[in-house]
Amino acid sequence: MRYLEEFRDPELAERLLKEIHAVTTRPWALMEVCGGQTHSIIRHGIDQLLPESIELIHGPGCPVCVTPLEIIDKALEIASRPEVIFCSFGDMLRVPGSRADLFQVKSTGGDIRVVYSPLDAVTLAVDNPDRQVVFFGIGFETTAPANAMAVYQARQLGLRNFSLLVSHVLVPPAMAAIMESPACRVQAFLAAGHVCSVMGTDEYPPLAERYRVPIVVTGFEPLDILEGVRQAVVQLEAGRHTVDNAYPRAVLAEGNPAARAMLHAVFEVTDRAWRGIGTIPRSGWRLSPDYREFDAELRFDVGGLRADESTACRSGEVLQGLIKPHECAAFGAECTPRHPLGATMVSSEGACAAYYLYRRLEPARAGAR
Amino acid sequence: MTAAETAVTAVAAVTGVTAETAKTAETVDPAAWSCPAPLRDSPTIVMGHGGGGAMSAELVEHLFLPAFGEAAATELDDCAVLAVGSARLAFSTDSYVVHPLFFPGGSIGELAVNGTVNDLAMSGAMPLCLSTAFILEEGTPLADLARIATAMGAAARRAGVRLVTGDTKVVDAGHGHGVFVNTAGIGLIADGVDIRPARVRPGDAVLVSGDLGVHGIAVLSCREGLEFGTALESDTAPLHGLVATMLDRDSSGQHPDVHALRDPTRGGLAASLNEIARAAGVGIDIVERSVPVPAAVADACGVLGLDPLYVANEGKLVAFVARDDADRVLAAMRRHPNGRGAALIGTVVEDHPAMVVARTAFGATRVVDLPVGEQLPRIC
Repeated sequence: MRYLEEFRDPELAERLLKEIHAVTTRPWALMEVCGGQTHSIIRHGIDQLLPESIELIHGPGCPVCVTPLEIIDKALEIASRPEVIFCSFGDMLRVPGSRADLFQVKSTGGDIRVVYSPLDAVTLAVDNPDRQVVFFGIGFETTAPANAMAVYQARQLGLRNFSLLVSHVLVPPAMAAIMESPACRVQAFLAAGHVCSVMGTDEYPPLAERYRVPIVVTGFEPLDILEGVRQAVVQLEAGRHTVDNAYPRAVLAEGNPAARAMLHAVFEVTDRAWRGIGTIPRSGWRLSPDYREFDAELRFDVGGLRADESTACRSGEVLQGLIKPHECAAFGAECTPRHPLGATMVSSEGACAAYYLYRRLEPARAGAR
Repeated sequence: MTAAETAVTAVAAVTGVTAETAKTAETVDPAAWSCPAPLRDSPTIVMGHGGGGAMSAELVEHLFLPAFGEAAATELDDCAVLAVGSARLAFSTDSYVVHPLFFPGGSIGELAVNGTVNDLAMSGAMPLCLSTAFILEEGTPLADLARIATAMGAAARRAGVRLVTGDTKVVDAGHGHGVFVNTAGIGLIADGVDIRPARVRPGDAVLVSGDLGVHGIAVLSCREGLEFGTALESDTAPLHGLVATMLDRDSSGQHPDVHALRDPTRGGLAASLNEIARAAGVGIDIVERSVPVPAAVADACGVLGLDPLYVANEGKLVAFVARDDADRVLAAMRRHPNGRGAALIGTVVEDHPAMVVARTAFGATRVVDLPVGEQLPRIC
């Protein structure tokens, strides 16, 4: 069992597709919450294989895409300082701020390092006691535990030169915000499997009940996604709205208790701005009072920055599932991965980049869906 | 003079570029570049300009070519083909800045020899000789340099090329990454061999010589201290022997009709296919499941959020072969040690010119684009 090829088996996919076609009698609109799911759907062409009457709406779960411009500008400001080693996951480097991106700051002398784990940034802080090491802590409940662990370790080590630029966001409040939107067309959610592997599924039954919406915890490989779609359609066709787990190999109802304990110690819930969507109450984390000394925004005094969004970019509507990427006039014209107007065109998890990379061949067909 | 020295002198005579004749634009104004989305938005060089993708291509098109003016060649290939008397010489150069200097399966030394040998081989040439130029950072241990030089000597002997001229410069500490190496090479193209992107046409078979993505993942795992459970070693190897085998004449003395060759280094297979599709004005269809990707590479790419089609190779080639000769060439490749894993992965088509399209395992399609700059690991 290698946990990869088995979940890309074309014959099993064919069987699941037959079942989905067999149970579908009406049009349904499903939202896959996570950008990783969007990427997988478009890369493997899963949406092309589903019944015409099933629409997949791409959700806001791309961490790069929803990080506010203001935070990016703060990152650029901090990364430009000569005393700073600025550490980030790779795909944040090309996200445009108001005036530049991290690549450009790097090219003009900023010490910017791509790391694969925030703990690597802690090591850098230990090895460079005369420099300030800042880690760009963005993302959902998935990336947060490792960031919490980094801050926890920095405090254990007594490091005075490590800090976290935090912009963590939470999935369930965003799902609620989408359902509250008057323009909402979502009839079922494929919940983000890896978020649930950390947080468990406790947060979802109240949402399913309140909005009468089926929620199926779904993985990322093609068969995972097809199984998630199948379970969601079965619920919709039966008029049910419960929480099902279609990703049991990774998700337990209680999540990962050790990770949750670390999160609760290091972070506290706060209001957060989502790029393209706006501020959602209690939708993110910031460092708790015990750990606030590790907050890069306080350490570097970047409170005064204001950010200017491109007026042509409609990523907010894309992130809320109101339009498909190619329905934006800038798509593929002023806005390409080479020259992105918004973050959804940058990360490969962003819906716009996924469409641009994989789907330019058949815009007509995509337009008809 | 040795044969190689004669060749070098001849090249200078053929290209005819002297201080008097070379016309250079006075200045290059980045703001006046003609592309709708040119480099203007970045006034400085960024890492993506060296990634072998769209940004590298823009730099050539919008900065180097206008600046070089009439001195520039018209065919912009990795390898120039120069007629010298009745002979055709292949001429190529490449710089090596890999970090770390030593990685599983090789070092910057093997890469510097094999890389330029392969650039020559992709034009069908038999490589003859290389130049070697070193830019060394102050403070670099002599033992490291000796290891690299020894690797270069061994790689040159294996490839059957001579290292005929060279240069050494030292830069201040902090102004280099230990060792940078440049090699330039000259090879001889046999009569009847005509391998270049413009010959690719609809109907051609697309073949690769073996497992893809091995070098890139081996270097990445070493550089980032990542362990993937399986030890991957760089596939660095000279490929002209494989090419010669592919071009073996049949009983009637004919070479198989190999139209174009590429070694998919930076930017991986995706970059090579896109370059050929654009240069020949054709579409390329590939079948994703027929592209050989070892499990260890697929797993590492899964973890890091990389696409194996974009990961670098150093000992593989992709060939565009006339349909009727494809089976014969594929069989020949599989007989050679560097082509045992060769596979037919797709076809050249008239549809969607300049675009590469992959058929997924589930029967859907997706566009395989030229990488923009550096491939970036995803967050989660």
